[in-house]
Amino acid sequence: MCAWLTHDSLDLGALLSEVTAEGCGATTIFLGTVRRSADDGDVVGIEYSGYDAMAEAELDGVLADARARWPGVRIAMRHRLGYVATGEVSVAIAVAAPHRSAAFDACRFVIDQTKERVPVWKKERLAAGSERWVGPRGG
Amino acid sequence: MADGHVEEDVRVKVLVFASYADALGREELEVELPAGATVADCVAEIRRGLGAGVPPAPLVAVNRRYARADRVLVEGEEVALIPPVAGG
Repeated sequence: MCAWLTHDSLDLGALLSEVTAEGCGATTIFLGTVRRSADDGDVVGIEYSGYDAMAEAELDGVLADARARWPGVRIAMRHRLGYVATGEVSVAIAVAAPHRSAAFDACRFVIDQTKERVPVWKKERLAAGSERWVGPRGG
Repeated sequence: MADGHVEEDVRVKVLVFASYADALGREELEVELPAGATVADCVAEIRRGLGAGVPPAPLVAVNRRYARADRVLVEGEEVALIPPVAGG
């Protein structure tokens, strides 16, 4: 199990296969997808950038914290860097656990902590052609 | 001091990201500081030289770990100015 940054499209099947195990009866998946909404200024894509070495270390830390809080969970995640168009998945988290409570809770924890700790930034590209940096928000 | 020892200046590499890099027009700089200087001193020195594109107390990492403003810097360390993170 590992936490990776990647410039490639995410392979969700591969992510699932990393966490599947005989003893795990529950699996959750979170997908963060670039969305388009007129209310948000008509975003057509997001350019993700990061402090790569530190982001990898922070993601490792988030997963380690999750495993400490929910012993026995299996977690894998990928976060994209580079340009991600509307409708594409930018972050994917898969969690497998013996039972569903830990699978749900650990998955929620990982995305929440990622949003709080990991040095990755988003620059939205709007339909009109302009760009703007995104501030932190609940998402 | 009696033995003539002089504490040397400390040079650190500073990485600048995202909106701060846009504001400062740089992604990397080298900063020279007096011995014993802190993270806060480093930020102040950058603001003195390059203007207010970075707030007075930004999130800072030293050697890829979040650091407090009063953390003393050592020669050759890697400092990073971290705009509000927006991953996930």
